[in-house]
Amino acid sequence: MLTYIARRLLVAIPTLLALIVVSFLLMEFAPGSPFATERGVPAEVLANLEREYGLDRSLIERMGIYVWNVVTQFDFGPSFVFTDRSVNELIAQGFPVTLTYGVWSFIVAVLVGVTLGAFAAIKHNSALDYAAVGITVGAQVLPNFVMAPILVLIFTLWLGWLPGGGWQGGQIEYVILPVIALSTSYMASIARITRSSMLETLNAGYVRTARAKGLPMRRVIFRHALKPAMLPVVSYLGPAFVGMITGSVVIDVFFSTGGIGQFFVNSALARDYSVILGITILFGALTIFFNLLVDVAYAWIDPKIRY
Amino acid sequence: MSDITTAETHLDPGLTEGKGRSLWADARRRFFRNKAAVASLAVLALVMLFAVFGQLLTPWSNEEIDWNLLGMIPQEGGPSLENRHFFGVDETGRDLYARVVQGTRISLAVGIVGALISVIVGTTYGAVAGYVGGKTDNAMMRFVDLMMSIPYMFVLILLLVIFSRSIVMLFVGIGMISWLDMARIARGQTLSIKNTEYVEAAQAIGVSTPTIIRRHIVPNLIGVVIVYATLLVPQMIIFESFISFLGLGVQEPSTSWGALINQGAANLRNGTPWMLGFPLAFFVVSLFALFFLGDGLRDALDPKDR
Repeated sequence: MLTYIARRLLVAIPTLLALIVVSFLLMEFAPGSPFATERGVPAEVLANLEREYGLDRSLIERMGIYVWNVVTQFDFGPSFVFTDRSVNELIAQGFPVTLTYGVWSFIVAVLVGVTLGAFAAIKHNSALDYAAVGITVGAQVLPNFVMAPILVLIFTLWLGWLPGGGWQGGQIEYVILPVIALSTSYMASIARITRSSMLETLNAGYVRTARAKGLPMRRVIFRHALKPAMLPVVSYLGPAFVGMITGSVVIDVFFSTGGIGQFFVNSALARDYSVILGITILFGALTIFFNLLVDVAYAWIDPKIRY
Repeated sequence: MSDITTAETHLDPGLTEGKGRSLWADARRRFFRNKAAVASLAVLALVMLFAVFGQLLTPWSNEEIDWNLLGMIPQEGGPSLENRHFFGVDETGRDLYARVVQGTRISLAVGIVGALISVIVGTTYGAVAGYVGGKTDNAMMRFVDLMMSIPYMFVLILLLVIFSRSIVMLFVGIGMISWLDMARIARGQTLSIKNTEYVEAAQAIGVSTPTIIRRHIVPNLIGVVIVYATLLVPQMIIFESFISFLGLGVQEPSTSWGALINQGAANLRNGTPWMLGFPLAFFVVSLFALFFLGDGLRDALDPKDR
């Protein structure tokens, strides 16, 4: 198992480095300089600025410094637009917010999705099953950017139950709508996957054996059916995580939570390259790390995988 | 094509008597028995017609501002037959019907182009990787894994910011990601086709590798490829809408479903629900239809999956 983890790490680290280098090079191709304003800057001032930000060195040198700072000190450098703030400060300010509702969304999506899918499979062809299938099919066409305005329309404007934006230090009523908006489509996918794999497992020979020898249904499900049925779900968690991290940008912008996605979009519109680069790398690192976790979990659950 | 027919007919002994039915005739029969899929096809045909000919029904263009309504859009700007704003106007007084026509064109184009790229690039890539096998296969699929493990949306947004936000760049970016899944699926299929008798026969009489891939592997992939391409169209539409919702996709006066939904959502509090309602309805109904169509095609073309 340890060698397996080590081998996966050996793949993950170069992937991350490649992501950093490629994003950095892309940024180098960007036309213009962050200091090129309409009025223009005197040549001496520009040279000073470039020296200050280290832009007068060679490409390789700068890339080396950037990668070194990111890897060893987790330092993404200064923002190119806000003179008084560094990328790290923006991340430190926004990330806890995104993390809070992100973790909740993930928990909700997995718990509700698995429960719904499992019950639908156990009560196959019942009203509950049809309702679950209906929900999952419907939620397929309701990605986060569609859910968010619908939720605000219903719960904020019509019913007036919940605030339609803001964060207020993460009070519960400000967290509910973002969590629902972000988790719905993934909850539906998880429910669908759980249902079909659970149906398959419940028809397997060893489950029939377990029932034939008189085990109570509850025990059959928890001891024999649930674990193998979870395999496809676990492998879906990787893509689901990527989707949620991406979706958090929409949630941050739409609900004005002050999360990291808001900085990302504002920087994208203002061409604040270092912020975009820093956030891309941060999310890339998170994704790669999470995929690693999923792979390890998968190997741990599935006895067929040899490592 | 004859390969498919012979390969398939002996699966169903009842078909060998009388006039044999081809795989495609069989698939068509199965497809048209599926009511939801047929209804979806009809809905999609209507949406297509709307995108192509919808502009002819309205005197307004998507850029023209109706000055008569400015300043009283929440009261007077709603859908109305009298002033020919069938879907009302947006917050700057432009005809929403014409804008939805425009957005539908872009969204459908994005979906179709993304699917086409994935069919061409993904199928070729997957078929080559699967057929050649060994180290080549390993390296090629590792690359796909690597591409899939990065949060692509952020890199795409980075690309859009750096190379200016244009529809061409959007197509390039979507094309770069859409083929990954297809490559995996095509490779998996190829691995099983590779060991069939007719491929062995072709190898035995000395047919070259590119010809085998072109003549024997790819035609037999078509069923699966069509199914996944259909399911890819809504994903690409969601993908583009996501970017446009953030204001980073198509630029004014062009628009797309995502951009229109964003606009409607931004005006939620101004009492103009039609600005959200119409684009949202188009988005949801079309995606629904596309998913059902994909499911119907899967049942029809991929019989072992039932």
